Amino acid sequence: MIEITKQPIEIQKVIDAASLKEAGAINTFIGTVRNQTSGKKVTQLEYEAYEPMAVSEIRKIIDQASQQWKLTGWAVSHRVGTLLPGEIAVVVAVSTPHRKESFSACQFIIDSLKQTVPIWKKEFFEDGDQWVSAHP
Amino acid sequence: MYICLMIVKIKTFGISRDILGGREVELDMNGSSVGDLRKTLSTRYPQLDKLNSLFIAVNQEYVADEKVLSEKDEIALIPPVSGG
Repeated sequence: MIEITKQPIEIQKVIDAASLKEAGAINTFIGTVRNQTSGKKVTQLEYEAYEPMAVSEIRKIIDQASQQWKLTGWAVSHRVGTLLPGEIAVVVAVSTPHRKESFSACQFIIDSLKQTVPIWKKEFFEDGDQWVSAHP
Repeated sequence: MYICLMIVKIKTFGISRDILGGREVELDMNGSSVGDLRKTLSTRYPQLDKLNSLFIAVNQEYVADEKVLSEKDEIALIPPVSGG
């Protein structure tokens, strides 16, 4: 399952989509909105995605992960829209026969997602806003 | 060498939307490659040069500067991504 959603992410739904009886481990990463950045209070984040390309780029990452590890199941859900501190922005769940590869695969997927998938976030502070990572 | 004029429609996201000032911007460019498009963008919107990176996607795939564009292509600016 790959999903870009405006609705709050249901963690259990993502885990269920990644679960298969062949699996001996399910590894889940949950990314949440932090309430500060470099000591500055964050009031909200706004996420946007180039949706069809985001889905196809996530699929490429899953394909790469599948070549490196035996994945029995996987699911990625990313939220878009306005999020408040503490809310869930992304959930990655992978299942594998044994636990070790589940950690490696899950980390690879979230690390790659942050590098190549066309999703952007804008941080809002009490005195302004900025697109994250846009400028040096 | 000849100069080819081409009109392309560009989808913008994140900070590139703020810089170009619209979700989809029409641009007449000299030449026909992604590299030519970069030159046009850089001249017209010098603020784009200040970004950490700027990739260009054609039909929802990242492409290199050598890629030749057609007017039917779906072209998008991909400023530094920050998902997760």
